[in-house]
Amino acid sequence: MYYATLEGLRRFDIPHKFEFVSIITLYAQWIREGRLKVDPAWNIEGLKFTVQDPCKLVRQGIGDPVAEDLRFVIKQVVGEENFIDVWPNKSNNYCCGGGGGALQSGFVDNRRTYGKFKFDQLTTTGADVVITPCHNCHGQVMDICDHFGGTFKTTHLWNWIVKAMV
Amino acid sequence: MAMSMANTIDIASLSRQVKGEIETKFPEAHIDFCLTCGLCASGCPATGLEGLDPRKFLRLLALGQDEELRSTKWIYSCTNCMRCAYVCPMNIDVGRLVMLVRGMRSKEERPTNLQKSCDLQKASNSTGIPNSDFVWVVGDVLEEVREEEPEWADLQAPMDKQGAMFYLNQNAKEPTVEPEEMVPLWKILHKVGIDWTYSSEWWDGANYCLFPGDPEDWEYTVRKQAETVDALGCPTYINTE
Repeated sequence: MYYATLEGLRRFDIPHKFEFVSIITLYAQWIREGRLKVDPAWNIEGLKFTVQDPCKLVRQGIGDPVAEDLRFVIKQVVGEENFIDVWPNKSNNYCCGGGGGALQSGFVDNRRTYGKFKFDQLTTTGADVVITPCHNCHGQVMDICDHFGGTFKTTHLWNWIVKAMV
Repeated sequence: MAMSMANTIDIASLSRQVKGEIETKFPEAHIDFCLTCGLCASGCPATGLEGLDPRKFLRLLALGQDEELRSTKWIYSCTNCMRCAYVCPMNIDVGRLVMLVRGMRSKEERPTNLQKSCDLQKASNSTGIPNSDFVWVVGDVLEEVREEEPEWADLQAPMDKQGAMFYLNQNAKEPTVEPEEMVPLWKILHKVGIDWTYSSEWWDGANYCLFPGDPEDWEYTVRKQAETVDALGCPTYINTE
């Protein structure tokens, strides 16, 4: 999880020589530089995609620039016309409800009641696929989709990048 | 259990120990800055759970209702998403206050699996698989891809490669329960042609020690990661999320 390392290095003043980056930033950079070539031609059926902004990466981590990078990558991979954004989004998006240890803590009813906000928001987009670039979000969004009877698929981003690689 | 908010509170009898402890550990807590405007509660999906919301949580702190603070499960339904802090006109870091209240519980009083995820990560990784299993699973999955997908016969998943340009962490969930999910990222890195490596120690990027409430555990696991990456001499540390 991005924020724990980013903020941990900062708050505890931990000496280090490396630069700490998110893979999302790199995907976008590599596509822009032409090092990662992707083509949305595979999506002939027009599968519709939406996205979950991980709180720890976006609101608490890098902010809107990484949310923009995330959308840039998805649009390059699935076709711009096949991306439907959520509202509210980016730094103002809702948490999935699985973060902060909620998935581990075990208060399942509360976690799902919380997650109903996310479920309704995602369902409203009408998208077939929800891209969740965070493991906690992935687990929670799958669970609330199943629990509330949703029909969308929940996946990581990397599967679709590989599909679009040329 | 819902809070009995309708009861009259005898302010004089309240000690405000929790508030005092927070202010000692975090002098910028500024609990008294709260204007009770409720912007936090309006935008919080945890509003109403356990009869609480961020504004009421701050009221419990300001008034000194320590018993409610020490017993409420709400602190585990708040996901520390910080949407409240994002809109707070007084810049109150509610999420950090929630973490400090979590940390006031003894380890035994905390949700078992939450504490366990951190304890395991402090030992090596959050699912508790032996490091040798991680190394084995990576090698095994790689071999399978190379054999079954001829176009990826030269795919790499380097381990402990000294001086690689990029270090990559790995959420423990994948090698433990869905190892095939590691492959797409390997393929992307291969296609881009970067020089990268995993580490056979302190490789887990889950970082659950942020959540039970002990900053020293969180510090320990991040410090171990930093030492590992610097020992490998990698100039860039990639988080897979």
